[in-house]
Amino acid sequence: MTESRSMLRLSGREGTLFIGVLFAVTVLASLANLVIPEDSFLHVSTYTITLLGKYLCYALLALSVDVIWGYCGILSLGHGAFFALGGYGMGMYLMRQIGDRGVYGNPELPDFMVFLNWQELPWYWYGFDNFGFAMLMALLVPGVLAFVFGWLAFRSRVTGVYLSIMTQALTYALMLAFFRNEMGFGGNNGLTDFKDLLGFDLQADGTRVALFMATALCLGGAFLASRYIMGSRLGRVILSIRDGESRARFLGYRTELFKVWLFVYSALLAAVAGILYVPQVGIINPGEFSPLNSIEVVVWVAVGGRGTLYGAVIGALLVNYAKTRFTAILPEGWLFALGALFVYVTLLLPHGIAGWFTRRFASKSVKEAAA
Amino acid sequence: MSWPAPLEEMRHRDRVFPHLRPKAKVDVSKNVLLYVEGVSVSFDGFKALNNLNLYINEGELRCLIGANGAGKTTMMDVITGKTPCDEGTVYFGQSIDLLKRSEPEIAQLGIGRKFQKPTVFEAQSVFANLELALKASKGIWYSLRASLSGPQRDRIDEILALINLSEAREQLAGSLSHGQKQWLEIGMLLVSDPRLLFLDEPVAGMTAQETERTAELLNTLAGDHTVVVVEHDMEFVRSIARTVTVLHQGSVLAEGTMDEVQNHPEVIEVYLGSDE
Repeated sequence: MTESRSMLRLSGREGTLFIGVLFAVTVLASLANLVIPEDSFLHVSTYTITLLGKYLCYALLALSVDVIWGYCGILSLGHGAFFALGGYGMGMYLMRQIGDRGVYGNPELPDFMVFLNWQELPWYWYGFDNFGFAMLMALLVPGVLAFVFGWLAFRSRVTGVYLSIMTQALTYALMLAFFRNEMGFGGNNGLTDFKDLLGFDLQADGTRVALFMATALCLGGAFLASRYIMGSRLGRVILSIRDGESRARFLGYRTELFKVWLFVYSALLAAVAGILYVPQVGIINPGEFSPLNSIEVVVWVAVGGRGTLYGAVIGALLVNYAKTRFTAILPEGWLFALGALFVYVTLLLPHGIAGWFTRRFASKSVKEAAA
Repeated sequence: MSWPAPLEEMRHRDRVFPHLRPKAKVDVSKNVLLYVEGVSVSFDGFKALNNLNLYINEGELRCLIGANGAGKTTMMDVITGKTPCDEGTVYFGQSIDLLKRSEPEIAQLGIGRKFQKPTVFEAQSVFANLELALKASKGIWYSLRASLSGPQRDRIDEILALINLSEAREQLAGSLSHGQKQWLEIGMLLVSDPRLLFLDEPVAGMTAQETERTAELLNTLAGDHTVVVVEHDMEFVRSIARTVTVLHQGSVLAEGTMDEVQNHPEVIEVYLGSDE
């Protein structure tokens, strides 16, 4: 009888633990970088800080997929598109910040436009020199895309594999579009060679640490907001749409509206991840739209355990750490390793790492209670 | 200057905005709650419903019987908004046209439906299942901030006692037995306080004892609620039915008390005759 109750309590406790660890690691790593001298054993290099920041962006992206897949059963294989669109929004702002410091020294046009012999800035680049406007667009464009896509798909009751394929097609189409030079987003080179953000030098340690902290803050905020949503009655409606959509409809819930709303929320989280990702890695190109990227995110969530929020974060961190190590040792082997990992998790750990922990923990506490 | 239709409505300041008008009340002044008239549905040329006429009175307990493929489930699908129909009209009370509404809208009007296969939210507790079904706003923002009021909690407790699941309130719905799931689904309908209830084979897979209890439950419901039951179990139908409607090939073959229906020559020929 107490099984479900104790499960709920556990997830609440693990969530708090997660926030605590995230906060502690962020503060310690930042201090270790800024305060401890470079020759000390405890010094954390700026490279590591940036790497951690990148991982946290991936974690936020994984969280956004978990919200929609783990809780609502909508398997999106195209969340990389929202991530990349957010990234392009930030990239455009950073491009405009370069000013006349580019290779061609044109104060108005980014380098790639000069290279293509363009005479003036395309209209859709207007306003991107303003940080506020750029951020607004970086959220608005993915948000509106998610709304239109979700509205059309969910209203027509497209579900399951068909929906997954459509999301895949969406990101693939965007990738092809962004590869074209005529689009005005830098073609296959994308946007890069960024100099500064809000006047701060992107190469400076302080800026790197600030970006890392901002990412941790956004991840924590997104985690808490998602946990609040999933703990409310809205979250229970979302679960019931996953488990019995027609039952939910016959109870009077307009399920397509709930799905659209959640899809937009999730796309916005992905866009925020993209916005934070670009200044830290210093480049955004159409490769981010590639279907493979979106599928990888799903693997992270599956490895970490879906439907737990923190599981997605753990999965993203572990798989990406493994990827960093693996690609350094045996670059060709990574995709095979990823595939093998997915098969292993699907067969042997259907609830991922988080599920495995919860189960061990729950059975232990049951034993303790019995003893 | 022409305005888009919704704005055109708003422009007239002497009228009440359509979305502010009070919700349509179910008009049952003729004592008939549901009118199904001349409804036909065909799937790829197969006529699932063929000029079906059915009237359900307010507070009635009606049983629908018929062989497989007689159109019982299709009829429910049409009334609850799942399947569009080719011709005919379906009215709830005298003024509400059900054919123009979606499933959630129809559910919010107070028409509840239990599926043939018990459908509950297995990953959630029995209590949460009932909470989701409560008669309350079903909007997104409302759901985000919703919390249970005292009377709502009492209502859920009352239903839990009625469906005999008080002990299992924190248990996951997926861990219930088949019969308990059937009851939970009935409970989910009851907690939403519907005007009209459709129950598709409510006693399938229940033990004799459970069946008896269900019959008791349905008998107590009639009067306050209008209940339509589709069932194959003749003993069960006999124990609850006041009026029985026999469907055959998508239209009504006979209607009356159980005895009348059982002695109806055509019914004996097409249904009971081959069944027993």
